[in-house]
Amino acid sequence: MGELSRMWREMPSRYRMEGRKCENCSRVYFPPRDICPVCHRDSIGKMKPVDIAGNGEIISYTVVHETPPAFIRQKPYVLAIIKLDEGPMITGQIVDSEPEEIKMGSRVKSVFRRISEDGKSGVIHYGYKFTLEK
Amino acid sequence: MSRGVYIIGSGEAKYGELWDRSLREIAVEAGLKAVESAGIRTKDLGAIYMGNSLGGDISMQEHLSALMSDHAGIASEFVPSVRVEASTASGAAAFREAYLGIKSGEYEIAMVGGAEKMTELYGSEIIDITSSIIDREWEAFTGATPAALAAISARKYMADFNVPREILAHISVNDHANASLNENAHFRNKITLEQALNATPIAEPLNLMDCAPLSDGASSLILASENYVKEHGIEGVKIMGSAMSQGEFALHSRKSLYTVEPTRIAAETALKQAGIGIKDISMVEIHDSYSIYGLMALEDLGFAKKGNAREIVENGIGIDSNLPVNPSGGLKAKGFPYGASGVGQIVEAYNQLKNKAGKRQVKNAKYAMTHSQAGSGAASIVHILGVE
Ligand SMILES: [Zn+2]
Repeated sequence: MGELSRMWREMPSRYRMEGRKCENCSRVYFPPRDICPVCHRDSIGKMKPVDIAGNGEIISYTVVHETPPAFIRQKPYVLAIIKLDEGPMITGQIVDSEPEEIKMGSRVKSVFRRISEDGKSGVIHYGYKFTLEK
Repeated sequence: MSRGVYIIGSGEAKYGELWDRSLREIAVEAGLKAVESAGIRTKDLGAIYMGNSLGGDISMQEHLSALMSDHAGIASEFVPSVRVEASTASGAAAFREAYLGIKSGEYEIAMVGGAEKMTELYGSEIIDITSSIIDREWEAFTGATPAALAAISARKYMADFNVPREILAHISVNDHANASLNENAHFRNKITLEQALNATPIAEPLNLMDCAPLSDGASSLILASENYVKEHGIEGVKIMGSAMSQGEFALHSRKSLYTVEPTRIAAETALKQAGIGIKDISMVEIHDSYSIYGLMALEDLGFAKKGNAREIVENGIGIDSNLPVNPSGGLKAKGFPYGASGVGQIVEAYNQLKNKAGKRQVKNAKYAMTHSQAGSGAASIVHILGVE
């Protein structure tokens, strides 16, 4: 039950990469935040939804060989920290490429994919992953 | 009104894969050994603080503090007890709470315990549970694990400072060499640089030998007030500095992928409290759950500038070096029972300063620093201990 309500709650961010923009300082946050860590109380009520384009650059990455149960069928997979063009950094997988093609500094764009399968609850999670800009 | 706080006793249950022993058993063993070593009676205890990170998920057992004290046979003493949770820094956090409890004047004597049973579950399931020390919704959800985040930091660090894998591997080789002299350690075998470099990949560029193991284990300490120590003529080890700092939770929220700002701030604060400089430190126990975190800690604690930890490592970090690192065997080889490690590091520092570390005794140890990190660096706790 908890898993389903979490899925529903996070859908806008997971499916459309909806972030937050602080209207006090214009900084963009993704994952979304309810309080701007720069403006603190001045940001209350001013954190407005904003769509993230999903384009960015790989800052660093790893090839994951030991995984939790929900990711076993995908291994090995590339996991990266990406700096989005809007400013924030996020964590996500790089797909549709061999690990050898991936470099720090590579440009990526977001794609909508199946993220994981939870064996226990049978829930399939969807959301953003990234592919190299060709 | 504040007053001095001293460590007056320590106890440990051996770290390792203890399939025949339960969480409560090892916690009780460490606690009672500490009471014995301090020469006090359980009825003297003002409070018990228990560090434990994942007992609820792994053993489906919460409130370990109460369970442990009951099974130590002291329910009839009605000692207040509480479990402290700060992920992989739970043990150090429990120690700090006990320190504050005595420093405030509330208690004369307190017990700190740290215990974790990591081997109850197998394979990939435990990786899911240990991923609760990182951001479940925005890191682990995407396939991140603690090892994967450490690997992302490692790759960036190695590229930006042109550091080869060998330097990371030295941290693990040193841990194993020291643990071979520690009978409470999980691993007693030495490893070569070649073995460290050629192990099974976990999250590239990190392999099995860059990663601390899943260990069971328990450590315990008895703390006492300055008054108590003086009245009873006990030669304790003084807690000269104690600081905790907390920053951004997720790795992707931090300005730098290889700087743990809370470590830097906690170290600075603890040194200032102690009234000494980083060069005065005789030995350090660092939180090297992954080899890269060892290098980062040496820099963030202040032993080297950012990107320069390799110089310390190349100069030698063994027991007879200028800066002995992890004489206990560290998280990699003494073992890594999450909630126990932070207490275990201080047990080592205590024994070193009491000149009771046997074959791995650091010569002329006067000031010891211990460093415990939560998760990928969300928080850090630094302690400085000393003998007068
Ligand atoms: Zn703002």
